[in-house]
Amino acid sequence: MAETLLRQRPGNGAVGGAGRGPGGNGGGSGAGVAPVDAGRLGLWLLLAAVTMLFASFTSTLLMRRAAPDWTPIPLPGILWVNTAALLASSAALEWGRRRVRVGDVAGLRLGLLAASVLGAGFVAGQMVAWRQLAAMGVFLRTNPHSSFFYLLTGAHGLHLVVGVLVLLYVLARALLGRYSAQAYGGVGLAATYWHFMDGLWLYLFLLLFAI
Amino acid sequence: MATLEAREHAHPAPEAHEHEHELGFFRKYIFSLDHKIIGLQYYFTSLFMALVGGTLAMLMRAQLGWPGREWPLLASLFPGGFQGGQMTPTFYYALVTMHGTIMIFFVLTTILSGGFGNFLIPLQIGARDMAFPFLNALSYWLFPPAIIVLLAAFFVEGGAPGGGWTVYPPLSALKEAAPGSGLGMTLWLIALFILILSFLFGGLNYITTILNLRARGMSMTRLPLTTWSLFITAVLMLLSFPVLMAAAVMLLFDRLGGTSFFVPAGLVVGGKLIPHAGGQPLLWQHLFWFLGHPEVYVLILPPMGMVSDILATHARKPIFGYRFMIGSMAAIGFLSFVVWGHHMFVSGMHPLLGTAFMATSLVIAVPSAVKTFNWLATLWRGKIRFTSAMLFAVGFVSLFVTGGLTGIFLGSPAVDIQLTDTYFVVAHFHFVMASAALFGVFGGTYHWFPKMFGRLMDERLGRLHFWLTFVGIYGTFFPMHYLGTAGMMRRIYSPDVYPHLQHLGGLNAVISVSAFVLGAAQLIFAYNLFWSMFRGKKADRNPWGANSLEWTVPSPPPHGNWGAEEPVVHRWAYDFSVPGAPQDFIPQTVPALPAAVPGDGGAHGASGSR
Repeated sequence: MAETLLRQRPGNGAVGGAGRGPGGNGGGSGAGVAPVDAGRLGLWLLLAAVTMLFASFTSTLLMRRAAPDWTPIPLPGILWVNTAALLASSAALEWGRRRVRVGDVAGLRLGLLAASVLGAGFVAGQMVAWRQLAAMGVFLRTNPHSSFFYLLTGAHGLHLVVGVLVLLYVLARALLGRYSAQAYGGVGLAATYWHFMDGLWLYLFLLLFAI
Repeated sequence: MATLEAREHAHPAPEAHEHEHELGFFRKYIFSLDHKIIGLQYYFTSLFMALVGGTLAMLMRAQLGWPGREWPLLASLFPGGFQGGQMTPTFYYALVTMHGTIMIFFVLTTILSGGFGNFLIPLQIGARDMAFPFLNALSYWLFPPAIIVLLAAFFVEGGAPGGGWTVYPPLSALKEAAPGSGLGMTLWLIALFILILSFLFGGLNYITTILNLRARGMSMTRLPLTTWSLFITAVLMLLSFPVLMAAAVMLLFDRLGGTSFFVPAGLVVGGKLIPHAGGQPLLWQHLFWFLGHPEVYVLILPPMGMVSDILATHARKPIFGYRFMIGSMAAIGFLSFVVWGHHMFVSGMHPLLGTAFMATSLVIAVPSAVKTFNWLATLWRGKIRFTSAMLFAVGFVSLFVTGGLTGIFLGSPAVDIQLTDTYFVVAHFHFVMASAALFGVFGGTYHWFPKMFGRLMDERLGRLHFWLTFVGIYGTFFPMHYLGTAGMMRRIYSPDVYPHLQHLGGLNAVISVSAFVLGAAQLIFAYNLFWSMFRGKKADRNPWGANSLEWTVPSPPPHGNWGAEEPVVHRWAYDFSVPGAPQDFIPQTVPALPAAVPGDGGAHGASGSR
């Protein structure tokens, strides 16, 4: 059916024919098979929105930093440990994703488990960093730098909590044997989200303490 | 998580829908995953909010038309807002703020993108549903909680916020600043936060659906302009609403956490020095308007697309300049991100920056004019059928031109500084954005009602509704230009407090009477809508002789939209009055006939109807 339709494809201008309007490529061709998987497309659109959210925070921070009351806060040492844990988590997840691609579902489970634990560890570590700062007398309202520190780590932390939940969900599905070398799309989506949040943390770390 | 879930249901097999016909009332109409039901849920919830927002406007006009007058009946209905029968200033400011908030975010955004977008996108592109049906339902179900939180603001101590829909700090940041700046303001921010989540879920769903789920043969350049406009709108929503979300979060931190993102140092409120320090109110304005300006295009782009389709269908002519219509919408969408500063000419801005914002703002006149001329060219020598839908579509063009022209005035800093925050601005945006978008909603309702409910709306009531609304809108908003040039401030409680405004009392009373006529005319619409749903004349699947895919399925379309076979598209949606064709329209699903006459080769399709 589609084949015949494709052959009937006329040029522009046939009376009553296809496309006195523009853009004709005949019936039966064109859409039908989407170039990008819907889940992946939706995920990237979500990440575009997340990018705009943090871009807004960034522009506010850059403007606010010019004010005279900006006082830098100390860098809680545990942030280095947290950062290492998050990077390791991404690496473990990526390792697991590559294992499932060659059919090693046990490897996938291991990778997901490690990534979830390390990710949860990062979130816990961030809360330790908050406690460390609070112990030093640096609170949300202390000065603009501390306000931005709590705001940005909090907003990022919420996204990571969602990420850990997604990882646990994927892990549960992996334990139920839902993934194989042919079907592991959900793992890929979770990994993209997780790596993005990993990169976002590196950016925020630099923005808060280095730039 | 929902993304992962939904992904696995993205391409349901046709038969997967069969068993869902037996769903109970609750699953079918309340917690439905069907895009048509979700669209109608959005539509009717937004209409309810329009009733609320419209009532607030009527109350405002009661005060402005006859300032200081006692309204015993209203006072008994709204005991908190009246003292000794007179409306209190606090209540008036709450009305102003909530009217704007509700109409912009809770009516027009939701009814256009949520209502028409959900109902029409899958039908027009030939899909069975949205890409992520669960996310779609979630998007709708965030809407009622946002409404409840927002309306709760009226009933808490201090009442609803009164700082205007732009909620500029420090008024909005400090509880002590005004009565409405207490809990009511916090609820406003939380309501917006919830609603933004809903918009984001909706937006990414629309984009994915349009890009991924088009029927075979439905290339992007064969999409009806309604779908194109909703696509560009969704992109704007996805990129601009996170900015308001960030701003709202920071404002909440300022209010509840004692931070100083937006609150400056040295503020004294009620004789007390505020402990906040160093924040910049201007930052809020930048963030707010970076959303705010794209937002007005979120309201006007979908009507532009819908009106294009209505004009072409009811004038029996191909839309003029189809590609230019897409291009101009894309250009407007892009420009909307680089013009926000024109809302802030008086906020203290480097003159050079102001000039840059003026330039980008005035450039919008070019794509807007392209669209207007294309609409007029579409009507030119068409076989126009003055249905209610057509009347509202033509009315849309009129309102858009009237409001667009004053936009050129206001885009120039030299004029704007004089007119900022006067009724001239109120007149401008009520024409170009509010009324025009509303006409898009009405036109779209009369046009697609048969598809939604399988019945026609009453045309005589529809025409009556149109003429009363059209005259009511010009009678209400046109005189506001004179109020503005006479110096009346946009949010003033009573023009009587300034001697130089006292002579405007008569004009204000006339405006109020027009507004009441306008408001009453909407009752005709409501009656027509609900009466026709149950008693209207039965409509067949294509009552207007239109071409796009939604008109090829029964009215209302069944669950899953298409039967066993999904549609295949062979042409664009605007083959009207094709010479030699058996009918004056050729639906998009009609395959190409062998060429009988040498074609005109018109790449833009407008040449054929000479």
